[in-house]
Order: sequence, then structure tokens, then C-alpha cells
Amino acid sequence: MIEIGHYNYWVAIFLMMAGFYVVIAQGNLVKKLVGLSLFQTSVFILYISMGKVADGAPPIQTPGVEIYSNPLPHVLILTAIVVGVATTAVGLALVVRIRESYGTVEEEEIHAMAQPADEKGEG
Amino acid sequence: MVAIAVIKQRNLFTIAMLTGIYSFLTAGLFMDLDAVDVAFTEAAVGAGVTTVLMLSALRLVGSQQRPTRHPAIALLVVGVTGAALIYGTLDAPNFGDPNAPAHTHVAPRYIEQGPVEVGMPNMVTAVLASYRGHDTLGETVVILTAGLAVLLLLGIQSGPEIQHNVSAMGRHMVLRVMVKLLLPFILLFGLYVQMHGDFGAGGGFQAGVIVATGFVLYDLVFGEGNLRKVLPTVWLTRIAAIGVLIYGGVGVFSLFAGHPFLDYSALADDPVHGQHLGVLLVEAGVGLTVFSTVLIIFYAFSGRRRQQ
Repeated sequence: MIEIGHYNYWVAIFLMMAGFYVVIAQGNLVKKLVGLSLFQTSVFILYISMGKVADGAPPIQTPGVEIYSNPLPHVLILTAIVVGVATTAVGLALVVRIRESYGTVEEEEIHAMAQPADEKGEG
Repeated sequence: MVAIAVIKQRNLFTIAMLTGIYSFLTAGLFMDLDAVDVAFTEAAVGAGVTTVLMLSALRLVGSQQRPTRHPAIALLVVGVTGAALIYGTLDAPNFGDPNAPAHTHVAPRYIEQGPVEVGMPNMVTAVLASYRGHDTLGETVVILTAGLAVLLLLGIQSGPEIQHNVSAMGRHMVLRVMVKLLLPFILLFGLYVQMHGDFGAGGGFQAGVIVATGFVLYDLVFGEGNLRKVLPTVWLTRIAAIGVLIYGGVGVFSLFAGHPFLDYSALADDPVHGQHLGVLLVEAGVGLTVFSTVLIIFYAFSGRRRQQ
């Protein structure tokens, strides 16, 4: 097996930062959700790569195999993926409702529309 | 990398397809890292369900994105955070190091005792359904809640474009025949994955998603009227709740039998036999909930008409 040291963490961090960038820099709400799921996958990759043991086998008991990879991160991430898609669906549903009441999914346009409404409400 | 392309693209349709590709690549990576169950889930969920979801949401919100304003500040923040995180990894254990803290605490017990105590070779299923049964119950409830939240936000409408027996793709002979041929096998495969989770990769989460994907595929090609006649929303919400109920009921049953909550050895005289039965029931509950939640979400998105 090739020695790769900390490279796996750096891949996860790169993906995480890519997702983070999308979330904070882009105004489109759908794009932000894509960024969030990118961020999420980076965490998945981090966990799974931590669960890997050198020369280990998949954690399904097989005769003649001594070293298994750690099953615990697999369990955590397996459920996290399914929960992740469910929460993404909730996010998308919210975006759809926003689009229906504001007519746009761009953050700045929504702000511009919400601002005068607030002032009217206070005055 | 695909991730960069995802950021660069401004057309959201392209992004939806690219995230599908990205998910497949991730699934391949998980496979390489020995996480067969996770790879399975990622391939079914990420590449299948998420793409369909994204596309049906885009139908509702429109697909063009405006250019961004100030990427420089964002880039700076991201750079600083990334640098701090990389500095943090310098102390972390090397990749694949068997002595890393993650492998020395509870994991050896799961690996050594799991197949003996729970009596099933797939340790992931053993940990998922038996040792960490409470967490999984919580996650199943979260999925149910998410499905209900989508239902509350969007409601189930039947849009004006729905015609019985006909949809845009429905007139293509090849598609119709292929879907008809594939559908039984998809459903059969889903059931196999559900039942075989004890021994190989698979389980309730994956099976639920696979079966739901089969129905979604049919719906996409044959129009939306038929599927809703066979599986009305009212039934789906009931099935989702019943799934959670089965899971919780197993726990309550073990309480009444004088054991801790979700202790499956209460289900039979022989503890290992009880574990088998418990895991089977719990996985069935998870499968039902996941299946019907995915379909509820799909109904909610596809039935909503676009409002100008």
C-alpha cells in the first residue's frame, strides 16, 4: 500500500472549503444548497478515510481475514447520507416557497425586497 | 475535479448532473476505502434520488444563476479557514494507521464480539441496528420528520401538466419497454438488499431508497397519474409512520419483557436468535420509512405547479 500520510485530510479540507466558498460567495439559494451538500460529502470522506485500516478488509466477516476496517464510521455515515438527502429536500422545499413568495431565488434581490417591507412595518 | 466544475457552472441544470457524477465518484472512493455499505448508499442516494430531487426543484425555481458580486472576501475567509484546518491535521494520525485513536476504543469490540453476539457477519448492520439501535431509531424519526416538513411546506398538488398515461418521455417506445423490463428487477433487488443486510452489504436504508427509485423511474416515464392511484399520499404517510412504529414497538416490547429498551434478546429464548429477529424487524421499519419518505418528497416536488 502506498504511504499517503495526511493527504486524505487535505482532500477533505479542499472539498469542505470548496463547499464553504459556494455557501458564502454565491447568491443563488439552490447553489448554496449544492455547496452545503459538497461540504457534507467532505465530512463523509473524512470519516470514512479515518475508518480505513491499512491492509484491512471490508467489515463483513469472512473466513481467513484478520484485519477489518473500522465499521463504526461506516454506520455513522450511512445514516448521515440518508438523513442528508432528507434535509436537502426540506431545504429545496423552502427554496421553492421562497421563490413563490418573492419571485426569485437570488439572495440580494430577496434582501432588496424585504428591506422596504421591514421599514414600512416599523413605521 | 468535478467539484470545481460545480462551482464554476452557472447553469443549474448542468450542476444537477455534475453532482450526480460527483456522487458516483465519491461512491467509488468509499468502495476503495472498504466502506461497501456506505458506497452502496451513496450511489443510490446521491446519484439517484438527489439528482431527481434537484431537477424537479429546478423546474419550480428556474435554472439560471446571476453572477456573483464579491468573491475576493469569500476567497480570503475560505483560505484562512482552510489553512487553519490543515495546520490542525498535522497532529492527526496517518492514513490507515491501525493504532489511530479511532480504532482502539470501542471498534475492536464491535469487530471481535459483533459477529458472535449478534450472530451476523456484516458488522455494519450489527452496529447499526443492534449496538447503536437508539441512534438509528432517532435517525429514522428525523427522516420521517423531514418528509412531513416537505409535505407541510409544499403540500401535494397535482399540477396542470399531469395527464394520465402520457408524459413527455412516455411516447418513446424504447424507454417504455426498458422501464417495464427493469422495474421488476429493481424491486426484486431492493427486497434482496433489505433481507440480505445481515450477511452482505445492504439494509433498510439502501433498500428503501432502491425500491423508491424504481417507483420514481416508472413515474417519470409513464406519467404521474398511475402511480398516485396505486400509492396515494395518505397511504405513504401511513406507511412511513408504521415503519417508525415497528421500530419503536420492538423497543417497547423489550421494555415490557423486562429488558432494556431495544434489547433484542427479549424477542426469543436464545439471545442470538432474538438479535436476528430484532434486527430483521428494525430494518423492515427503517426500509418502510425511508421508502415512503422518499416517495412523499418526490410527489411533493413533482406535483407542485410552477407559480409565476
